[in-house]
Amino acid sequence: MSGEAMTDLSTDVRVRYPAFTLEVAHVFPGHGITALFGPSGCGKSTLLRVIAGFERGAKGRIAYGDEVWLGERAYLPPYRRGVGYVFQDARLFPHLTARGNLDYAHRRAADVAARYSFDDVVDVLDLAPLFERRVNQLSGGEKQRVAIGRTLLARPRLLLMDEPLAALDTRRKGEIMPYIGRLPNAFGLPVIYVTHALEEVTQLCDRIVALAEGRIAATGGVAETLERLDLSSVQGRFEAGVMLTGRIAAQDMALHLSRVDIGSARLEVPQIALAPGQEVRLRVRARDVSLALTRPEGLSIRNALDARVLSIEPEAATAFAEVLLDVGGQHLRARVTRAAVADLGLGEGQPVVALIKAVSFDRQALPRDNRAEA
Amino acid sequence: MDVPDLGPLWLTFRLAAITTLLLLLVGTPVAWWLAHTRSRLKSVVEAVTALPLVLPPTVLGFYLLVFLSPESVLGGLWLSATGSTLTFSFTGLIVASALYSLPFMVQPLQGAFEAVGHAPLEAAASLRASPRDAFFSVAAPMAVRGYLTATVLTFAHTIGEFGVVLMVGGNIPGRTKVVSIQIYEEVETINYAAAHSLAAILLVFSFSVLLAVYSLNRRFPVHVG
Repeated sequence: MSGEAMTDLSTDVRVRYPAFTLEVAHVFPGHGITALFGPSGCGKSTLLRVIAGFERGAKGRIAYGDEVWLGERAYLPPYRRGVGYVFQDARLFPHLTARGNLDYAHRRAADVAARYSFDDVVDVLDLAPLFERRVNQLSGGEKQRVAIGRTLLARPRLLLMDEPLAALDTRRKGEIMPYIGRLPNAFGLPVIYVTHALEEVTQLCDRIVALAEGRIAATGGVAETLERLDLSSVQGRFEAGVMLTGRIAAQDMALHLSRVDIGSARLEVPQIALAPGQEVRLRVRARDVSLALTRPEGLSIRNALDARVLSIEPEAATAFAEVLLDVGGQHLRARVTRAAVADLGLGEGQPVVALIKAVSFDRQALPRDNRAEA
Repeated sequence: MDVPDLGPLWLTFRLAAITTLLLLLVGTPVAWWLAHTRSRLKSVVEAVTALPLVLPPTVLGFYLLVFLSPESVLGGLWLSATGSTLTFSFTGLIVASALYSLPFMVQPLQGAFEAVGHAPLEAAASLRASPRDAFFSVAAPMAVRGYLTATVLTFAHTIGEFGVVLMVGGNIPGRTKVVSIQIYEEVETINYAAAHSLAAILLVFSFSVLLAVYSLNRRFPVHVG
């Protein structure tokens, strides 16, 4: 990899709108996938547009290594920043074919040193069958694949993706996600990935910048940031949870199950198409975790993990409490009623059994090997 | 005298073609600016470009006569630079026609550019296309229907002008005598047969052009918006 691929992007920017102010200072590392994460309206897309140079009202400073993109008197126009941008709505040019859209980018990056060729991009994204189609003859997922390919062919130094999967249904998302997961490795490109979907964060990203109301609420590695309890306002109670990292232990083809080792514990989950030994990330929502004092018998729930209570946070004015658990060195969160906490007599340090229904795991899981970690 | 003089017809087409070309060059930046600006001057410029739609041609023609005459600053400069006057000349007719047909070029183009919007231009910029490059490679091709409409309307409208031409150009055969004026003259001299032939040529021509454009428009592959 060339040195340029590791160049950091430092931002310290403000944008003011009548009803909203974005104020962010952060250094984005020049490798891997960074999630810009938060609820709708938190300013994550605006920040991406500021980085690209599309928001002329932005004040502050943006520098890519030593190259100043935005400063006191400096403004580098978007087309000279070498930033690739994948839009939620693809924005393919309707007067060109799929191939025409790819050529458009390829021609304009003819002089840019590249670590990959036109054919590399076409192969990785499987674009050859779409070449002669007009834009209106492409499905949503195909459009997004062409758009990603087009962006890569412009040989950007940094790839910005603005909810590229948001307009797609679950099946199409499943089709595209593996392609996106391959980008940092295949093309040596750092990615800033805007999303409000936790599933995409846990499956694709190496680190999180969580935004709330125009400011940074939390940053850090995916697992450590997700398990922090104060994120529930960003994530929403329904989706709040943690991410567990494990390895595929065995595949049960007959029952369509995968067995995953999480430390010394073993989980059964709906089948993940990976070979034994490969690393996998599983997201567990707090609301899908139940607690028991002893290992129960005669229960349909297959996953019972030995755990220890680290802390209990009752939620004011609701029936619920969040219980943070230690499971073989990794953290798990359980959302249970405050009445249950009292009835079970839960307290810090107490050993419990965490129960997780197998159906609560996301179907999409990607290999985590060979990835640059934050 | 049944056979009409076809000279004015040729002059008219030449005038319309040159005016349309000129307005394509002038109208594009004006329409682009109107479609993208947030300036407060936008309403003023929009009102000015729409004026020829509502002004009686004689009013426009009168002011042009005043501003283009050799006694005026502009007309005087032109006379000393080229040795000929702007009034009662073919060049003067072009200037007058361009102003008279300006809204027919600017308004369809402005609408087309607004329909294209910022989104494809941002996409082009993210693919290393400069603003000029993005205009020619993305905005203009996507606005092709607007260009078609604007070109045809401008051309047809210039062919149909009468009042402005009469005021600025007079009625000089071979230089400023256009077909609409000739038809008027034939009618005035009760030469209905010649008036008929010329009028029929214009009618058939105008209808054919519009029909061609509208059927072409229907089948055009570009869908914007």
